[in-house]
Amino acid sequence: MTHISNVVRWFADPAHWNGPDGIPQRLVEHIQISAESVAIGAVIALPIGIALGHYGRFGNLAINISNVGRALPSFGVLVLAFQVFGLGNLPILVALVALAIPPMVTNSYVGLREVDPDVREAARGMGYRELAQLLRVELPLAVPLVMAGIRTSAVQVVATATLAALIAGGGFGRYVIDGFAQQDYTKLFAGALLVAVLAMATELSLSAVERLLVPRGIRLQRAPAARRATAFKTA
Amino acid sequence: MPTGIFLDYVDPWVNWAWLSTHIALITDALQQHLLLTAIAVAGGLALSLPMGIAAHRWPSLRNPILAVFGVVYTIPSLALFALLVPYTGLGIVTAEVGLIGYTILILVRNLLIGLESVPPEVLDAADGMGYRPTARLLRVELPLALPAIFAGVRIATVTTIGLVTITALIGLGGLGQLIDKGLIENFHTPLVVGTVLSIALALVADLALIGAQRIAIPWSRDTTG
Repeated sequence: MTHISNVVRWFADPAHWNGPDGIPQRLVEHIQISAESVAIGAVIALPIGIALGHYGRFGNLAINISNVGRALPSFGVLVLAFQVFGLGNLPILVALVALAIPPMVTNSYVGLREVDPDVREAARGMGYRELAQLLRVELPLAVPLVMAGIRTSAVQVVATATLAALIAGGGFGRYVIDGFAQQDYTKLFAGALLVAVLAMATELSLSAVERLLVPRGIRLQRAPAARRATAFKTA
Repeated sequence: MPTGIFLDYVDPWVNWAWLSTHIALITDALQQHLLLTAIAVAGGLALSLPMGIAAHRWPSLRNPILAVFGVVYTIPSLALFALLVPYTGLGIVTAEVGLIGYTILILVRNLLIGLESVPPEVLDAADGMGYRPTARLLRVELPLALPAIFAGVRIATVTTIGLVTITALIGLGGLGQLIDKGLIENFHTPLVVGTVLSIALALVADLALIGAQRIAIPWSRDTTG
């Protein structure tokens, strides 16, 4: 198992924990570009999905945007953005935002649509105005799926950010892409481990946030949002 | 004068002359793309059906199976391929282990959704008519689960078509090879052709599967997913 011991030695080497190509710096780059993309994507996608779900309009559009998003090859989208916007963080940001939007639109739409019509009716009967009804009744009930959409997007963005190293981006993808290019299988494997752990950590930490945000009264009602959320994987 | 030509040259998004002389390259890439996708979805189905049925019959298997393939599904494809390379090398085995692994979560999940949505009255009626468990599964439960299974196959197919492009980095890629060529040579045409054809292939495959579903099970209009 020399391969495994090489990987262990790679991680033990202090040189890999310092400087611009060190693990801490690459981690910061990876998280930063991912967080920015998910945040921008959420600002665009959530109002659209929530509005479509609340008014019950354009349901086909809201559902099919995930189908189209799934069909986008993230590799091609990244390289196209690179050719349009040139070097730098902008093409990466544009591509990641584009891939982050579909699951958030679909899941927030479905979350709002699934709110029981009787509950809407009751809110009306209690004198809630439309905005109060949306913010204080429908959204809390839709939190599990809205959060599942954000989590799905975030995991995909972290995965796609790895590919950004192909267009001169930073992050953990650097080790994987450079490892391939230099046929340095130790670096390749170490980088892949870091990427896999980061994706898993993203999934777990956002699941924890989801649990915190879900109102206590509806926690036990239905199958976990993780199982009902739209399956989405582009990288 | 020649330097002027190079400086003024603007690479068009599609160079039709290049396109017309490289049809064979494009059709080869398309073929490889289809083959890699078909193996992944067929392999995924072959593994998911027994696993999904087992998870349905023995509920204690359900959460472990979903958890294991949920973890696999979360691993970014480039990382998964890279983790497999030391063991399975650069090539089709690595690509398919990864791609099949990703389809399993989608397919098992949808199979379970389908089997769980069979109404209890139907199961009672089947029992009352004297169906044994295996016959009931094959002739009552699975046919009723078909719409959800089809929905899973559609999602798995479209997802796989997108992911195949990434296998360009381990020497395969189908249409991803064209994208890679565009990146390496800084040449727009193969990049645009590879990306557009990959999207088109996914949408056509999805429509073809919808068509197949309408023919195979005309009573369903289910679009779960």
